[in-house]
Amino acid sequence: MDTKHIQLPLTEESIAGLRAGDNVLLSGTVYTGRDAAHKRIAKAIGDGAPLPFDLNGATVYYVGPAPAYKDQPVGAAGPTTSYRMDAYTPLLLAHGLKGMIGKGDRSDEVISAIKRNKAVYFAAVGGAAALLAKHIHSSRVICYEDLGTEAVHEFVLDEFPVIVAIDSNGEDIYKSGRSAFLESVGKDPR
Amino acid sequence: MRQVSTEAIRRAVIGCIERAEYFIDPEIAGAMRCAERSERSPIAKRVLSQLIENYEIAACEHIAICQDTGMCIVFAEIGQEVHITDGYFEDAVNDGVREAYKGLRKSIVSDPLFDRKNTQDNTPAVIHARIVPGDKLRLTVLCKGFGSENMSRIKMLTPSAGEQGVIDFAVETALLAGANPCPPIIMGICIGGDFEQAALYAKKMIAQSLRYEPEDERYRALQEEITLRINALGIGPAGFGGDTTLIKLNIAYLPTHIAGMPCAISVCCHASRHAECIL
Repeated sequence: MDTKHIQLPLTEESIAGLRAGDNVLLSGTVYTGRDAAHKRIAKAIGDGAPLPFDLNGATVYYVGPAPAYKDQPVGAAGPTTSYRMDAYTPLLLAHGLKGMIGKGDRSDEVISAIKRNKAVYFAAVGGAAALLAKHIHSSRVICYEDLGTEAVHEFVLDEFPVIVAIDSNGEDIYKSGRSAFLESVGKDPR
Repeated sequence: MRQVSTEAIRRAVIGCIERAEYFIDPEIAGAMRCAERSERSPIAKRVLSQLIENYEIAACEHIAICQDTGMCIVFAEIGQEVHITDGYFEDAVNDGVREAYKGLRKSIVSDPLFDRKNTQDNTPAVIHARIVPGDKLRLTVLCKGFGSENMSRIKMLTPSAGEQGVIDFAVETALLAGANPCPPIIMGICIGGDFEQAALYAKKMIAQSLRYEPEDERYRALQEEITLRINALGIGPAGFGGDTTLIKLNIAYLPTHIAGMPCAISVCCHASRHAECIL
């Protein structure tokens, strides 16, 4: 299977070329955000207050990293479950967010918003947190430091392995992957 | 009376957490290698190989297996001839958690609904203590992530639901969980007891050996049946499709009321991070 190398930030062209199920290595800057940071970002958008980073074209990684050991840039840093961010995601996409990295399926509202805004949702392998940490070149907290692990970090990724889970046409590997496998082994997916 | 100091308990808790967070249980590593071999989906094979490599990196480079280093669940079996000295048992457990999590992620908030303020030291642990015969103190520490915990369920089945009721509830739970609990999963089921005892024993079952088999052959058959049914769902590693959705199911069963048949299901990712120490 081919692997695509994608440099962040995402562009209209790079997004258009991605299909659900593609193996991708991501390099460049992402911002971390999970439950508590999303709540604050959504409130800041509502209040017209300054945001922790420019959402335009940005990619968010749903992760709460573990502390770094000795001189490593970051501790274990695998994806957290994405559906908990679903309530905030359409708003962030409407304000320019283009990429998300997480794990697990998304709501129908999020899938429509991904299509409407021509964005992409990547899945990293949940539980491969030490392996994924090896592909994070640097890490620094840029906002909401009081949230501890939930603070917004800026990560620079280096060939960070993901799979395209939902592409800009709304194709979703969490729907198609299972049925495609069952068909391939001669079972009725129903 | 045999004396066990709170300092010994504190040190035992630290040791268990460090073993659990950085070193995968060899039974689990073995089961994952077997799954990787037999898996028919290429993408699933790749996910399994990443997860196996992850265990190696965690152990060699001192990076936790998962960033969600979990909430500490401590099962204590305290021999009735043990006298705990120099302080209170639960304080000793929490002191151990506090120390061990200095280098791990702190994931506990003090107020669940309104403040959600991080306690900054991963305390308090969830402690289940039981008095047992003897003069030993056995501690089992489970570091439980919440991606999978959020997928756990309990249902107050009634006796007429029978075996089919249990099978349907278990299969439905795996299907609803999908990719969220980081499959392949380890599942603990407890049938019987009452509301909270069922949940407690289901949780204990995910910290059991992968070689565990129920004594009663009817429950062994049920374990096998549910395992086949869940793996036939095709959810696969990371939920991308594949043969391996469930690594191991352990079923416990307990006496219950004539009107009831509680069924609790505890869901864990493949990396059930637990360790045991006997003092």
